Amino acid sequence: MRNVKVAGIGLLKVKEYWDRSIQDLFAETSLKAIKDAGVESIDKVYVSNMSAALMQDQLNTAALMSDAIGMPGISASRVEAGSASGGVAFHEAVQAVASGYSDTVLVTGVEKMSDILPDVVTTALAMAEEQEYTAYTGVTKTGIAAMIHRLYLDRYAEASEVCMMAVKSHEHAVGCKHAQYPFKMSIERAMSSPMEANPIHMMECAGIGDGAAAIVLVPADNAGVEVAGSAIATDYTSIAQRLDPMAMDAIRKAADRAYKMAGITAKKVDLAEVHDDFTINGVLGVEGLGLAKDGEGAKLVSTEEVDKAGKIPINTFGGLKARGNPLGATGIYQVAEVALQLRGDAGDHQVEGAKYGVAQNSGGMASICAVNVLRRAKK
Amino acid sequence: MKTIRQVGLVGYGAYVPMYRLEASEINRMWGGFGAPVEEKTVVAVDEDTITIAVEAAKQAVYRAKITPSEIGAVFVGTESKPYAVKPSGTIVAEAIGATPNVSTADFEFACKAGTEAMQACIGLVGSGMYKYAMAIGADTAQGKPHDALEYTAACGGAAFIFGERSAETIAYLEASHSFVTDTPDFWRRSKEMYPMHGNRFTGAPAYFKHITSAGKMLLEETGYKPEDFKWAVFHQPNTKFPINASRMLGFTMDQIKPGLVAPKIGNTYAGSTPVGLAATLDIAEPRDKIFVVSYGSGSGSDAFIFTVQDAILDKREGPKLSSFIDRKKYVDYATYLKHRGQIVQ
Repeated sequence: MRNVKVAGIGLLKVKEYWDRSIQDLFAETSLKAIKDAGVESIDKVYVSNMSAALMQDQLNTAALMSDAIGMPGISASRVEAGSASGGVAFHEAVQAVASGYSDTVLVTGVEKMSDILPDVVTTALAMAEEQEYTAYTGVTKTGIAAMIHRLYLDRYAEASEVCMMAVKSHEHAVGCKHAQYPFKMSIERAMSSPMEANPIHMMECAGIGDGAAAIVLVPADNAGVEVAGSAIATDYTSIAQRLDPMAMDAIRKAADRAYKMAGITAKKVDLAEVHDDFTINGVLGVEGLGLAKDGEGAKLVSTEEVDKAGKIPINTFGGLKARGNPLGATGIYQVAEVALQLRGDAGDHQVEGAKYGVAQNSGGMASICAVNVLRRAKK
Repeated sequence: MKTIRQVGLVGYGAYVPMYRLEASEINRMWGGFGAPVEEKTVVAVDEDTITIAVEAAKQAVYRAKITPSEIGAVFVGTESKPYAVKPSGTIVAEAIGATPNVSTADFEFACKAGTEAMQACIGLVGSGMYKYAMAIGADTAQGKPHDALEYTAACGGAAFIFGERSAETIAYLEASHSFVTDTPDFWRRSKEMYPMHGNRFTGAPAYFKHITSAGKMLLEETGYKPEDFKWAVFHQPNTKFPINASRMLGFTMDQIKPGLVAPKIGNTYAGSTPVGLAATLDIAEPRDKIFVVSYGSGSGSDAFIFTVQDAILDKREGPKLSSFIDRKKYVDYATYLKHRGQIVQ
């Protein structure tokens, strides 16, 4: 198996692109990544998209996007794993290069959520749950997250400590050119925002946005940023089926597998991007990655330890809450941000001396999770 | 756009019904937390768009000190016509004594129907076809129960009489500009009781795009800068939008404050920008310049620049809009539904 290098990155600012199509967004960011990589051609395209079938009435996006970037004829696949589509697509792309099946792979995530009404977004998010068992009851993803959140507060933390996950993400997004909400948000503002589903405040939820992020992968050459570990794990789809609804085993298993592949433990991780679509999920992501003990994630994200000069910087460009969460693109944004850090291109967000970075991307209520570990190459 | 012969306002009037529904009352009913405006106007059981239009029109005629039969056109801009087929304008024209030698029509362009009627009047008077022409923007807007628009859908209206510019005009028109695209952000199909809307789509690509485009184009055409104006009025579907639109165009809170009446009366739809202009004329001084931009879903904006003249000091007798706003009686949600005809015997 060959080592794989992150050769090119393309990011679009997450915002509302009212007058642009998913093809437009996909093409612009993909061409940026190809230019950044300096490659002459692409062997394979992976399209990461969660909900174009619902939001744009569009299927067959692999062909559509290959056409959009002017490469009809190329091998292309679409990957869908709920909001973990990006992380899973990256994993598939890594396998393609590592196996030797492809030499130059483009993996681009795209999602355009502003084309539809908010209640359809809610439906889309609920579609990541089992329709015949959970979603049909009418429960929303926010509602499910609220149950977990409440349990966490009962067991471990104060509400304000969990809420700090959002405050920190916003703080880290300041100055980030591709972030949707690059401004600070006080804990008071977050805690006084209306309840979406008690105890989750509105300002503890990632918003709706359009975005696209792209990465070009090639065989490693001991320079730049390499993929050290990449893994996927799944869990019972419904939290009701799990022995402990808060355990988030998919995150733990994916992290264990990715760390093992990288030959490291959580202690070696220098920075992390976690899936904070809700503050509670960000906190559980931190714990699932082994960056904090169970029940101590909220306390950790309340400290300066998660800032860029801290012990374990988390969500250094704002995470899902402040950078934005364009579903199928989110996982690619996360990996790209880790890569920017490791190659020293993070600007004001730069974490000095980082060698290993991890991106954790969940789908459903972490019924699937992709964990990708990158490392700075020796040269 | 400028007319061949200069046109101005010779009279204006505005009216809002006395009943109010507070945002907190809607929240009490539906368990929400919104407050896009503090409270909104509610019609009495015997009020509708036509009665509101008549109230405003009569005041405009009274202030203008003209003979109603000299009014050559009466146009009512509204999206809540009491009759689907039968003009509101005929009733208003008859009520103010402008019939029978008069042209009337009802205009529909969502919230900018009133300013669209103003553009038509400006053209007709500017061409010399009529001595006076009256444009009215009035509505009794429909807000579906538990919809976001229920907080703001309100009622009220204002009337403006246009004539050739002279020492008798209270404010003359310097220029206007209309900006329209096919942007379906809000609509009501025939025979449906309530409008539909595209949530966030009503913001950036609809309201803000059209208001700022029309506003910028009129500023470019005339060479004026925001600081050249004493006052500014923007369509006010809620409290936040006009404040943000004014900032985007470079206007200040002080400039829009007198015309920003939505927090206290809600969104009077086709009456919204006209009522804001009337509130501004109520306090304006001679030589003040007023920048006005409406917005109507569908979508489009009309932008106007008026300069106030000395005659205004003698032509704003009678109750000001603020007296109608201050004269209020709160109703509960059930009474509101009854007044709106949403519960019937």
